[in-house]
Amino acid sequence: MTDTPMARPGGAMVEFNGVGLRYGPDAEVLSDISFNLQPGSFYFLTGASGAGKTSLLRMLYLAQRPSRGIVRLFGEDLVAMPRQRLPGFRRRIGVVFQDFRLIPHLSARDNIALPLRIAGVSEEDLSGPVGEMLSWIGLDERAEARPATLSGGEQQRVAIARAVIARPQLLVADEPTGNVDPDMAMRLLGLFEALNRLGTTVVVATHDIHLISRIENAQMMRLEKGRLADPTGALRYPPANRA
Amino acid sequence: MIIPRVPIQHRRLLPERRLSGPTPWVIAILMMLTLLAASAGVGLARSANAIGDAIAGRVTVQIVTANPITRAEQAAALRRAAAAQPFVLSARSVGREELQQTLGQWFGSAEGDDPVLKSLPLPALVDIDFVGEDREGHMRQLRALVAREAPGARVIPHAEWLGPVARLIRSLAWMAGGMVLLMTLASAAVVIMTARAALATHYPTIEILHLIGATDRQITRLFQRRIAIDTAYGIALGSVVATAILMLIGWQWSRVTSGLAATASLGPGGWALLLALPLLAIALAALTARQTLLAALKKIL
Repeated sequence: MTDTPMARPGGAMVEFNGVGLRYGPDAEVLSDISFNLQPGSFYFLTGASGAGKTSLLRMLYLAQRPSRGIVRLFGEDLVAMPRQRLPGFRRRIGVVFQDFRLIPHLSARDNIALPLRIAGVSEEDLSGPVGEMLSWIGLDERAEARPATLSGGEQQRVAIARAVIARPQLLVADEPTGNVDPDMAMRLLGLFEALNRLGTTVVVATHDIHLISRIENAQMMRLEKGRLADPTGALRYPPANRA
Repeated sequence: MIIPRVPIQHRRLLPERRLSGPTPWVIAILMMLTLLAASAGVGLARSANAIGDAIAGRVTVQIVTANPITRAEQAAALRRAAAAQPFVLSARSVGREELQQTLGQWFGSAEGDDPVLKSLPLPALVDIDFVGEDREGHMRQLRALVAREAPGARVIPHAEWLGPVARLIRSLAWMAGGMVLLMTLASAAVVIMTARAALATHYPTIEILHLIGATDRQITRLFQRRIAIDTAYGIALGSVVATAILMLIGWQWSRVTSGLAATASLGPGGWALLLALPLLAIALAALTARQTLLAALKKIL
């Protein structure tokens, strides 16, 4: 019980406390969400379709503010944070979307380079990291290809490369394996694991229970109808430290 | 900066294309109409001012005494007496030939040599220009002088009969100015719609840029540059067409040498205004685009 997502608020990278989210006048899609994410950890977020996973991730990667509650990221209160400070925080977060969201008229190389260009890195300084990233995802030969000419797996790898090239402290992935075959899913998971070993906190939303078992020491949060089904952490996988 | 400088790698974030879509063409048409309305306004205003200056201090004394000898003597005496007054700038008797020539245009005889016209008993006219601005005081003194030198003569201030024309021309100039203003507002509205359409079209790209940490300023500069260039193309095209039309009208106008038409011209100030308008339009378009984009982006987290 001492090592659950609910525990150790001090030093947490992400802290949600009593968070609720509603769109317009409708009922809340997320209610009473409280958890802490520790630096360097690996988390799976599971739940049925419509449980609120994407809404929760949108708050994590700062596309959405909560309707109520407290959200702290990197030690700062995001609810009260002025809008103009958000870009600085977003640069510390990498996001992998289920539908990739690559910019269609840019090459794979330019899509990967995007976060560095936005951050103001010179063309001279970004060519090295972009080349390394292309090698890491095995797409050196397809660097100039447009997304439309890449396979689903290749697009997903480009999306992952774009998400991690700026060395984010937090990586958020929404169903990253939803559109790829099982072999590719395992390869992508391997990429996330490698990043996690380098110190990046990883949050992966997935339906695939088999995927969860592949990462040692990963913790699980399960959403049911907009609420965390395991607020005490008792259901997290694996049942760690119960020796 | 009217057209913001954006690194070439950043420019590629929006697909490169030129003069596609209706915006440059609509802006070109509006710019052409704006320049034509502005030149009409300037020309009319200058014409109204020229007429106003010409008639404001001028009166004509019409001596209608039946006896032609007495009439001529009264006219000469009045001219001499008026010329000696300190409030009179100049006094001039209008010769019979000049009168006949003027009336000849109405009689179908440009030279004024129509026998019927020659037989008409024409009044003697004395044109008098005042000095300074005290028109009412000068009129009182002149009426007293006329009563003494040419009893029964009529004093006709030019402002009375040409004033309404000058006012009409001035009203037309204001209307042209209003049209310039309305077309400027219409151009700004086109730019606003273009900016909003661009945001809607490229919303997925904007969302991604936001989520990877792009600031509103970075995104705005991309779109502001694109819209400023598109509108600059339209403004340049509209200006070229308007200039061609104005030059054609100017060439035709140069042949008109009589009447009110001869007083209309743009003058150096007018040409300077017409040259400045396209530059102001580009600046206005860029500023409008920037404000529209920033306002729209603020609605996205």
